[in-house]
Amino acid sequence: MSKELRLLSTSGILGYGFPEASLQAGLARKPDVIGVDGGSVDPGPHYLGSGKPFASPLAIRRDLRLMLRAAIAEKIPMVIGTSGGAGGAPHLAMVAQMVREIAREDGLHFKLALIHAEQDKHWVKQRVAAGRVRALARQPDLTDETIERATRIVGMMGPEPFITALDAGAQVVLAGRSSDPAPWAAATLRAQLPPAPGWYAGKMLECGATPAIPKGHDCLFVTVREDHVECEPTNPARRCTPLSVANHSLHENGSPIHHLEPGGLLDTSECRFEAVSDRAVRISGMRWISADRYTIKLEGVEQAGFRAICVCGTRDPLLIGRVDGFLDTVRQEVATKASAFGVSPDSYQLGIRVYGRDGVMSAREPQRGILPHELGFVLEVVATDSQEVASAVLAMARTNMLHTDFPGRLCREGNMAFPFSPSDIEVGPVYRFSVFHVAELDDPTEAFPIEYETL
Amino acid sequence: MALIRDLARVCKSKNAGPFELTIDVVFEDAETFRRVKATGVLTAALFARLYQVPEEHVLFTPYDAAFAFKATLPRLVPAGDFGDTDVYGCQQHAPLLDVDIPL
Repeated sequence: MSKELRLLSTSGILGYGFPEASLQAGLARKPDVIGVDGGSVDPGPHYLGSGKPFASPLAIRRDLRLMLRAAIAEKIPMVIGTSGGAGGAPHLAMVAQMVREIAREDGLHFKLALIHAEQDKHWVKQRVAAGRVRALARQPDLTDETIERATRIVGMMGPEPFITALDAGAQVVLAGRSSDPAPWAAATLRAQLPPAPGWYAGKMLECGATPAIPKGHDCLFVTVREDHVECEPTNPARRCTPLSVANHSLHENGSPIHHLEPGGLLDTSECRFEAVSDRAVRISGMRWISADRYTIKLEGVEQAGFRAICVCGTRDPLLIGRVDGFLDTVRQEVATKASAFGVSPDSYQLGIRVYGRDGVMSAREPQRGILPHELGFVLEVVATDSQEVASAVLAMARTNMLHTDFPGRLCREGNMAFPFSPSDIEVGPVYRFSVFHVAELDDPTEAFPIEYETL
Repeated sequence: MALIRDLARVCKSKNAGPFELTIDVVFEDAETFRRVKATGVLTAALFARLYQVPEEHVLFTPYDAAFAFKATLPRLVPAGDFGDTDVYGCQQHAPLLDVDIPL
């Protein structure tokens, strides 16, 4: 029999949940490695900035416990990339602490590796000064000022730090920010399989049962061989079809055929998708093109201020018919009254989102002229300096949405229906993406120090 | 004539990183894909017009192996910045649904 590696991913994100029966069905197929992707940049800049996870700690702990018990019972490695959602130091520390607690509670013993991905600002500045950092997605060049302002910067590791940790005998590897397929590519590279099928396998495994239909948060089993991969969901209620798997290569990537990764590019333009059963698919024809220079992505956020929000709606057709003029008046009133209590217009931004008109697509909405029978509003203030200012300006905006007169007004007691008391919500610090660049490395492991613990 | 909402198996949008939006239209089989492709309606220029971006900022790729077309273009506002309306970028596909394909 030719060489193969059997990989079991439990879901799309640690903490999204999976049926226990799916895990058991996967274990029955004797995987060589179990793992899951721990995070994503998709939920936005808040999580990298705040250091908090976007899945709940309760849900993360549940998934972790089942996976740890399985890995230790089966004596197989367990790999998790982008721990804690954003893969910074506090995110990795949170998941590591859960692993220690579960190990103690359940009497599990193993060697744990923690791979750090949060980057030292001084190191990033040195890379920039050496001309070894460039911008992605038409962003400006990285400057010392941007680096200094950043709340947190992470580097996105490739498979090499995982390989180092597994070679050192770690059974459980928790990594900070990682390229989503990297833990899986690491396992296949260690097994002396070629990079192309390993990276392709990782592309599917990082999303759990997403390549299957019906799509859902569930387990996926992938077998990697020299020149192809085979994938099958472990839940009998789902199946992979050539179309469902082919579609998955479109997921969250700018190009459907060129997937840039640390150290190279996965080319899927010549892929072939064949059904090997009514629920398993074989993919072949993927190619890996090694890069001349090894690069990693850098992601960073900075604080943009403090936010307060309020939700309300109107059912008044007279107001809806002249909503733009009404909102202009509200904005002017807020500016005047905020100035009166000492808050200048350049110290905050007031946003009024109009749901029912263009709340979802904003300026790209092609049908914004069609007026419905009701409109929903989300009022938002982001103040540069403090929550107090954000909340004060928001309260003024809310009051003026409620009471501002407009020509032809009949509803003289109030313009807005507020669903909640209190109506105003203090959201806290607001972050924005400020670093989205690539940095060249001399050694793929140099930016990702590893700590080991024996539990 | 046929609308994409009646012809496609998948029509979706999603972030491709915090600064870009990627939009996919997928058809049932190779034959439908070939016929749609032959009409020349799905192009970088179409996406540039629908999403109000310069055509040179649209990366448009037909993907024959998946019977799919993909267009990647700049987001209106970076994910999570002030004024962003769709942090995941997953509800920006609707203007495509009503595009007419002269089959």
